[in-house]
This record gives sequence, structure tokens and C-alpha cells, in this order.
Amino acid sequence: MNIVVCVKYVPDAQSERTFNESDNTTDRVGVDGLLSELDEYAVEEALKIVEAGEGEVTVLTVGPDQAADAVKKALQMGADKGVHVNDEAIHGSDSVATSLVLAEAIKKIGDADLVLTGMASTDGTMSVVPAMLAERLGLPQVTFASELTVDGQQVTIRRDGDAASETIVASLPALVSVTDQINEPRYPSFKGIMAAKKKPVETWGLADLGVDASQVGLDAAWTKVESFTKRPPRQQGQIVTDEGDGGTKLAEFLSAQKFI
Amino acid sequence: MTTQQQKLPPVDPMDLAGIDDLLTDDEKAVRASVRQLCDKLVDPYVADWFERGEIDDIRGLAREFGSLGLLGMHLEGYGCAGMSATEYGLACLELEASDSGVRSLVSVQGSLAMYAIWRWGSEEQKQQWLPRMATGEAIGCFGLTEPDHGSDPGSMRTRARRDGDDWVLDGRKMWITNGSIADVAVVWANAGEEHGGIRGFVVPTDTPGFSAPLIKHKLSLRASVTSELVLDGVRLPADAVLPEVRGLKGPLSCLNEARFGIVWGALGAARSSLDAARRYAMEREQFGRPIAGFQLTQQKLADMALEYTKGLLLALHLGRRKDAGTLRPEQVSLGKLNNIREALEICRTARTILGANGISLEYPVIRHMNNLESVLTYEGTVEMHTLVVGQALTGVSAFR
Ligand SMILES: Cc1cc2nc3c(=O)[nH]c(=O)nc-3n(C[C@H](O)[C@H](O)[C@H](O)COP(=O)(O)OP(=O)(O)OC[C@H]3O[C@@H](n4cnc5c(N)ncnc54)[C@H](O)[C@@H]3O)c2cc1C
Repeated sequence: MNIVVCVKYVPDAQSERTFNESDNTTDRVGVDGLLSELDEYAVEEALKIVEAGEGEVTVLTVGPDQAADAVKKALQMGADKGVHVNDEAIHGSDSVATSLVLAEAIKKIGDADLVLTGMASTDGTMSVVPAMLAERLGLPQVTFASELTVDGQQVTIRRDGDAASETIVASLPALVSVTDQINEPRYPSFKGIMAAKKKPVETWGLADLGVDASQVGLDAAWTKVESFTKRPPRQQGQIVTDEGDGGTKLAEFLSAQKFI
Repeated sequence: MTTQQQKLPPVDPMDLAGIDDLLTDDEKAVRASVRQLCDKLVDPYVADWFERGEIDDIRGLAREFGSLGLLGMHLEGYGCAGMSATEYGLACLELEASDSGVRSLVSVQGSLAMYAIWRWGSEEQKQQWLPRMATGEAIGCFGLTEPDHGSDPGSMRTRARRDGDDWVLDGRKMWITNGSIADVAVVWANAGEEHGGIRGFVVPTDTPGFSAPLIKHKLSLRASVTSELVLDGVRLPADAVLPEVRGLKGPLSCLNEARFGIVWGALGAARSSLDAARRYAMEREQFGRPIAGFQLTQQKLADMALEYTKGLLLALHLGRRKDAGTLRPEQVSLGKLNNIREALEICRTARTILGANGISLEYPVIRHMNNLESVLTYEGTVEMHTLVVGQALTGVSAFR
């Protein structure tokens, strides 16, 4: 079973995130980046599948120079090899362009039985890349898996909705996006950290993928951030002092806000 | 240069000087893994362990440490991870930011018990113990201190005598970390001049005559097992002795390893206390405003951050020297002396900022502060390291 896991390098949610003044794209200067936490679940799931059987896990990222860190983290966790698509022209790409680059890279990697992704990125949180990618690759699109099993030629997932859980079966090869309920990602062991130094990482440009620069980047984007303003600081909360009627006051507050 | 490149990176209040720049990606990865492990397996429970004086499932914890690669991490071969000294230091810092007792478990295992066998043991001893100790399946302790001999271990009374091919050990060791839970004890005993003076022995703790009662009533390092070792005619085969070393150099070489970890570890306790005090100061209001806004509080925080930063630079410098193979024992003494002293001062100052909450286990500060009282004493007291530094400065020994 050969698995390709798509991972994204995102600004650390712990630090103050903002946009560039010049082109309204994500500002990465001075903000530590990391492998999107939501993608760690996909990496973990891939490792579990391969450890239980056989095959290889390839991690794929599209991003600037620093995005190599996301690939490295996945290799430290135990993935076998990495592919980093890095091209100036990609800067500012929207989901449509990103999915195009990912799809071409997955074709070039070849032989993927399963493509895994996280359920969303922790910065853009759009959740659309998995669907677009499946469409581009002509693969069954099996999203939001909170449980995944692979046997023989098919993959079975559980998708938890508000009212019911669905069990979905698809034939392989397939694309599955996983939720943060599916597993508990491992942290790299020291042996993993040492081993990652020797694992192969390929860096490709758009030319390697046969993608034209005009198809990607800020100019090709279907949507664009027009402006941004900082969210105003949160309003001070309301303190209810209990003078024997605390319960009533709480209920009044909640019903005034239409919570109940 | 574009304006974008000229933009200054934001300031990190917990790394004001930006010392992180001096670390490699791998070093940061090691640190991040240890932090993740501690966030999950130590921090939620450690205040309770401290309060009860007992770590739940300490063997399970040791195995988790083992699977990360923490145990004997700076040693090569025999299942050890073979990491650098600086990485080992960073790991100690993270562990001790959780609790000095938990860091002690790892230090004693890796730098004292495993190191003694790795450095001075026979191939058979290494094969027998190191792989199992690296995974955390076997726990080790290190018995040097005695009830009547602490700073002056050369005068120890524990004796090893030959009986045919066998060795027989008699004596007592005191204040031995991990003692009651250990599977193997590295015990130092005086074998007499004809057998090379002080010798090290690898003692399986199920050997008849060996017992390790727990030391109770501690008010420091409560999330750590501390024990007495009783050696009552403990009979060992000829190959139980560490063949490669004779004299005090044996135990002192191990202590030097562990002390290096403490140079870093103490800063972990300091960082945790500084962080707790900083957050508390920003939230706690008195006289109508956050206490962080009072100059006296800011003075305390600034001084703490300053000493923390200087200590970290010193630790990192010593780490680089150790990795280059040029670190001298006097330099480790300098590092331990400074960093434990300043770390304790930082914890005490942090405690004042927390006011009454500073004495509560709801916050980590008093726990760190009390723990550091042990760290101040073990692995060579402040006074001993002062004398080492004094001797290095003057050429005159003031020990006796
Ligand atoms: C929690 C804990 C865990 C420990 N774990 C271990 C362990 O795993 N293995 C182990 O072998 N030991 C361990 N120790 C023991 C520790 O190393 C000793 O306590 C330490 O070496 C000091 O010895 P002592 O307590 O006998 O003090 P002493 O040596 O009696 O010293 C008492 C005081 O006199 C001072 N003093 C002594 N001589 C001089 C001098 N020449 N000049 C000036 N001042 C002097 C000392 O600095 C100190 O202030 C542990 C201790 C603690 C508290």
C-alpha cells in the first residue's frame, strides 16, 4: 500500500498571525511555522496503515522554503520520503491552484493507492482542497473520516455527523481526509529525528510538473483578500454576583442571548 | 533589501534575547518532542504526585521515556539514541520545567547508572543491562553517598571484600534516587588498596542481602523515589565489578555527566516559575490595576529574565564545548554553581509575585522552589562547586 499524505506548512497558531500589507497574503516573517496540526492526524493514520501491513508513506507539501520543515516533521514521525513543491510563482495561490499543483505532483510520484489529507488547514480552514484534489485525480472522494480501515481493494470510513454516523466504502485508489478524532498523532522519537536526516526529499518546481506559472499564484486566484482589519479586542464579560438569585440571573442572561 | 526583510521578528517574552537562533532544527525537534511528552504524561499529574509523594505507574512512565529515547540518550550503541550533549541538555531543561523529580529519574538512569556501565563496564555488563535500561524496562540507581559521608565520598565505609572469586559487599548508602524501584544498582565500595581502592559494582537488586527502604518525610523532590540502600553480606560473582576503573575517578566521572544535565535542568524549573509569575502578574489586580504594572514587579520580572537568559547562554556554551570534547569539570562546576543558584533565586522571587498563591500547589512555583533545594545539594553542593571554582582561580585547594 503506497500512501501519499498531503501536508501544509502553516503559521503557528500560538503566535500572532497577520497578513502582508503589500499583497494581503499570509505574513510568514518572524512567525514560526509548523506542520499543520490537523495534518498530523493524516500522517499518523498513514503510518499506522503501513506499519500494520507494508508499503511506503510519501509526504507531499506545496509551499515556500520554510515548508521543508513540515516535510521534515512528517519524516521524523516515520514517513519514508518527502516531496516539496516550491516555486516562486506559487505564492498567493488559492485552493484551486493548490489542488492543481498537488494533483500533478501526486501523478508524478505515481502508484498511490491512497491519498490522505487533514480535514482542513489550521490557517485557511477552507476544507476544500481534498474535494478538489479528488476531482482532479478522478478518485473517490471520502472526506471527514473519524475511523478508517483498509482491506484488500477498498477503504471504509466512518463519518460522524450531528445526527448520525455514516459508514462509507470506496474502492482504491481513493482520497480520504481525516478528522482530529481519528487517532492521537505520535511525537517524533529521538531515533525518528536521527533517521529523518537520511531520508530522501525531492524538491520540484512547476516546470517539473508541467504546470504553467499562469495557472497559479496570486494573479490566477479566483478569490482574493481585498482588505483586512484586526478583530476588535473582546468585550469584557459580564459577572453575575450570586445573591441567592444567581441561577435566575444566569438563565435570564442565557435566554436574552438566545442560548436557551 | 526589501521592506519585508527589514521587519523585525516579534519579541518572545520567554526568549527575550532570541537564544533560539543558536539552536539547530534537530535540537528544536528534540526539545519539542520532550515538551509534548511532558505536556501529556507529566504536567497534568505532577502536582498530585508531589502532594502524595508518589508517582503513579512510575515504570510505565519510564517505558514512555524509553520509547521516546530519553534514557541514556547521549550514549552511543546498546539501544541508546546517540544524541548530542546539547540535545541532552535541552531534554533535561524540558523535563525539569515539568518537575525536578521527573528529571532526576532520567538523569540518574542515563547519566549515573547507565553511564557508569557504558563507560567503565565490561562488554557483558553492557549487553546485559544497557538495552533494557534504554527502553525503561530496567531501572537503575547509583549509590555513592552514605549516611556519614556525603561531600567527602572518598572516606566511604561501605566495603567490598573478596571471598574466593566472589565479592561480598557490606555497608549503607543514603539518599539514593530510584533506589526502591531499581532493578540494578551501581554501588561504589572500598575494596581495599590491594584491589584498587574504590570500585564500582553492578548489583542486581534481587541479590540476597540487598534492600532499599524508602526515605520518607521529604519536603523536596517528592515526585521522585529516594531510598536508603542496605548491603548486608551481598555476595556477587567476580564479574560484577566494573573492570575499567579504580578510585574516586569512577563515580566522579559519572557525577560530572549528571551535573552537566543539571546546568540545563535547573533553568527549566526557573523558566516554568518565571512564566507562571509573568502570567499571574498580568492577571492579578491590586490597587485597581494589574500588579505587572508596578515597577517593583517589573524589576523582579526583568531580573529573573536576565538571569535566566545568562544561565541559558552559559548552558549552551558548555553544551557546545561538551559536544566538541573540550569541556572541563571546572566548567561544569561553574555552570552548576551559577545556574542552580540563580534558578532558585528566580523561583523564590516568582513565589513572592504570586503572593499567597505562591505557596499553593495549584501553581508550580513552590514545587519547583522546594525541589531546587535538593538540586542545590545533590551532585555536589554549592559549597563544593564554589571550592572547585576557587581552586581553579587560585591553584589552592580549600577542601580540607
Ligand atoms: C533528593 C536527593 C537525592 C539524592 N540522590 C542521590 C543519588 O542518587 N546517589 C547518591 O550517591 N547521592 C544522592 N544524593 C546525595 C547527595 O549527593 C548528597 O546529599 C550531597 O553530596 C551532600 O552530602 P551530605 O548531604 O552528606 O552533606 P554534607 O557533605 O554533610 O555537607 C553538609 C554541609 O557542609 C558543607 N561542607 C561539607 N564539606 C565542606 C567543606 N570542605 N568546605 C565547606 N563546606 C563543606 C556542605 O557543602 C553542606 O553545606 C541525593 C540527595 C538528595 C537530597
